[in-house]
Amino acid sequence: MDFLTIIQILDSTVRLATPLLLACLAGLFSERAGVFDIGLEGKMLAAAFLSAAVAAATGSAWLGLCAGIFASVLMALLHGLASITFRGDQLISGVAINFLAAGLTVVIGQSWFALGGRTPSLMGAGRFEPITLPFAEALAEVPLIGPIYSELISGHSILVYVAMATVPLTWWVLFRTRFGLRLRAVGENPGAVDTAGISVVRLRYTAVIICGVLCGIAGSYLATGLAAGFVKDMTAGRGFIALAALIFAKWRPWHALGACLLFGLLEAIGNRYQNIDILGVTLPVQFMQALPYILTVVILAGFVGKAIPPRAGGAAYVKER
Amino acid sequence: MKKMPKWADVLLIPVINLTLAFLISGLVIWAIGKDPWVAIKTMVQGSFGDSRGLGYTLYYTTNFIFTGLAVAVASHARLFNIGGEGQATIGGLGVALVCLALPWPHWTLALPAAVIGGALFGAAWAAIPAYLQAKRGSHIVITTIMFNFIAAALMGYLLVNVLKEPGNMAAETRSFPPGAHLPTFHEMLAPFGIAFNKNAPANISFLVAILCLIGFYILIWKTRLGYAIRAFGQSETAAVYAGISPVKITVIAMLISGGLAGLMAINNVMGEAERLILNSVEGAGFIGIAVALMGRNHPVGVFLAALLFGFLYQGGAELALWESIPRELIVVIQGLVILLTGALDNMVRAPIEKLFLTFGKGEA
Repeated sequence: MDFLTIIQILDSTVRLATPLLLACLAGLFSERAGVFDIGLEGKMLAAAFLSAAVAAATGSAWLGLCAGIFASVLMALLHGLASITFRGDQLISGVAINFLAAGLTVVIGQSWFALGGRTPSLMGAGRFEPITLPFAEALAEVPLIGPIYSELISGHSILVYVAMATVPLTWWVLFRTRFGLRLRAVGENPGAVDTAGISVVRLRYTAVIICGVLCGIAGSYLATGLAAGFVKDMTAGRGFIALAALIFAKWRPWHALGACLLFGLLEAIGNRYQNIDILGVTLPVQFMQALPYILTVVILAGFVGKAIPPRAGGAAYVKER
Repeated sequence: MKKMPKWADVLLIPVINLTLAFLISGLVIWAIGKDPWVAIKTMVQGSFGDSRGLGYTLYYTTNFIFTGLAVAVASHARLFNIGGEGQATIGGLGVALVCLALPWPHWTLALPAAVIGGALFGAAWAAIPAYLQAKRGSHIVITTIMFNFIAAALMGYLLVNVLKEPGNMAAETRSFPPGAHLPTFHEMLAPFGIAFNKNAPANISFLVAILCLIGFYILIWKTRLGYAIRAFGQSETAAVYAGISPVKITVIAMLISGGLAGLMAINNVMGEAERLILNSVEGAGFIGIAVALMGRNHPVGVFLAALLFGFLYQGGAELALWESIPRELIVVIQGLVILLTGALDNMVRAPIEKLFLTFGKGEA
C-alpha cells in the first residue's frame, strides 16, 4: 500500500466520519441531559430529505441546510414532547421517530418529485462544494506535507470543518460553562438540579433541540455534501453507528471524535476493498460492515473498560408533589 | 387513588390512539393530494374483499403474531426486545438448514423439525444480549439493535459465500425439497369443498401461530414461570425478595422471546419463499413492537393488532398498485401507532382518567 493510497483512504475516512461525528455529538448532548435517543437515524433521514428537497427547489445548499435543521428539530421536539412533557418511554419514542421519518420521506418525496422517493440530483450551488484551503495548490508538490495538506486537510465541504470544530466546542460547552454543568447534572441527578431552582424541563428541551440541530447538519451533509440528492433510507444505519460510537466514546466529546474516525475508517476500507487478507485469514466485507456493532457489544459487555451511561438517562423526571 | 374502569384501559384508550393514528394518516394522504376515503376503500377491498387478499392478509398476520408475542413476552419481564428483526433473520437460517438437511418425505415431519430449528436459532441470537443484560448490565435495547445489524451482515455473508447454489446469480439458497412444502389454505380447505385462492401465501403456520397465542396465555397467566416473569417485570427488588433470580428470568424470558421471533421463519421462509433469501423478514420484527404495544401484551390484543397490521400491509400493497401511494405509508402509520400507544400514551390517558374521575363516580 503506497503513501497516496493511504492518504486517499484517510481522506474518505474524514468524509464518512463527518455525519457520524455530528450525530454522535447530537446524541451526546441529549443523553448527557438524561434523554436517551435512538431516533438519531430518523432525524438525520428527515433532515437529509428536506435539505435535498429545498436545495433542489431553490438551488441553494444553504437554504437546504436550514430546511434540514428545521425538519430535524421538529422531530426532536416531538421526542421532547413524548419523553419530557408526557413522560413517555424514550426508547419507544425514538423507535417511532425512526419509522415516521423512514415513511414520510418516501411518501412525501414521491408526491413532490415522483421519482420513487428520490429527489432530483443536485448540481452547482445546490451542493456544498469542496473548499480549497489557502496555499493548498502551492504546497501540493512538497513531499509528505504537500499531499497531507492539499488532499487530506484541504478540499472538504464546509460542513466537514464545522463538524470538526463542533468537537472542541462541545467539550467547552459541556465542561467549561455553567450551562454545561447544569446539563450534565440534569442527566445524573435531576432532583438536585430541580432543588437548586433550575427548570429540568427547560434544560432537557434545550438539550433535545441542540441534538436536533446537530442531527440536522449531519443529515444535510449526507444529502448535499456527501451525495448529490436524497435517496430512500440513505442514512443506512448511520444513526445507529453514531449511537455505537457514543457508547464507544463513553459519552465524551474527544473520544467521540476518535470513535467516529475509527468507524469512518472501517467504512472507508470496506468501501475500497471487498475482502481483506490479514495474515492469511480473509476478512469478508460483511465483517467490516458489522465490526462497529461488534465492537460496541464488546464494549457494552465491559470487557474493554466499562461504559457507564448518565445515571438518570432513560427515565422521565417527575417533580415531587 | 381511584382508577378508571378496566374496559377503558384495555379498549377505549387503544381505540382512541388508533383513531388518532388513522386521522393523522388520513391527513398525510390528503396532504399528498389523494382522497383518504378512496384509499381506505382500496385497502379494505384489497385485503378482505376476496380470498386472495385475505390469504395475503392472514399470511402477514401470522408473521406479526409471532413477532408481536416475542416483544410481548419480553415486555412482561420489562425487557424491551428490539431485536426481533435479527432473531427472525437467524431463525430463518435455522429453518433453512433444517429444510435443506434431509430429503423430507412429508411436511408433518418437516414442520416440527423446522419449528425446533427456527426457535432454537432465534433463541440463540437472543441469548447473548440476554446474558449481557443479566450478568454485565449492558442495556438490552442497545445490544439487540447491534445484533440486528450483525445478523444482517452475517446473513449477507452466508448467502453470498456459503449457502448460495453455485451458478445461481441471486444470493439465495436452493429451493427446499418438495416434502418440506407446507399446506396452503387452498390445499387445507379444498377437502372441505371451500375454494380458496391458490396463489395466496397463507399456510398452516397460521394455526401454529394460534397455538402460540394460546400457549402464551397459559405460560404467562397459568404457570409458575409466567408468574415469576410478571413479578420480575413489576418489581425487580420484590422479585428478588421472593426468591426469583433476575439473571435466570431475564435469560429465560429473552430465550422465549427470541424463539418466538425465530419461529416466524416457518411462515415466511418455509411457507412462502420455500428458500432462504436476503431480507426475508421485511421489517416484521419491528412491527412486533407496534403489535405488542397495541395489544397490551395480551394474546387477544396481539391477535387483533397483528390482524390490523396484516390488513395494513396487504392494503398498503394494494394502495401502491392502484392509487400510486407508496407502500411506505404503512411505515408512517406504524410509526404513529408506536408513538401514540407507546410514547404519547399519557397524552390521551391523563385527560380520560380525569374525565372518569369527575363523571364516573357511580360506575368506577
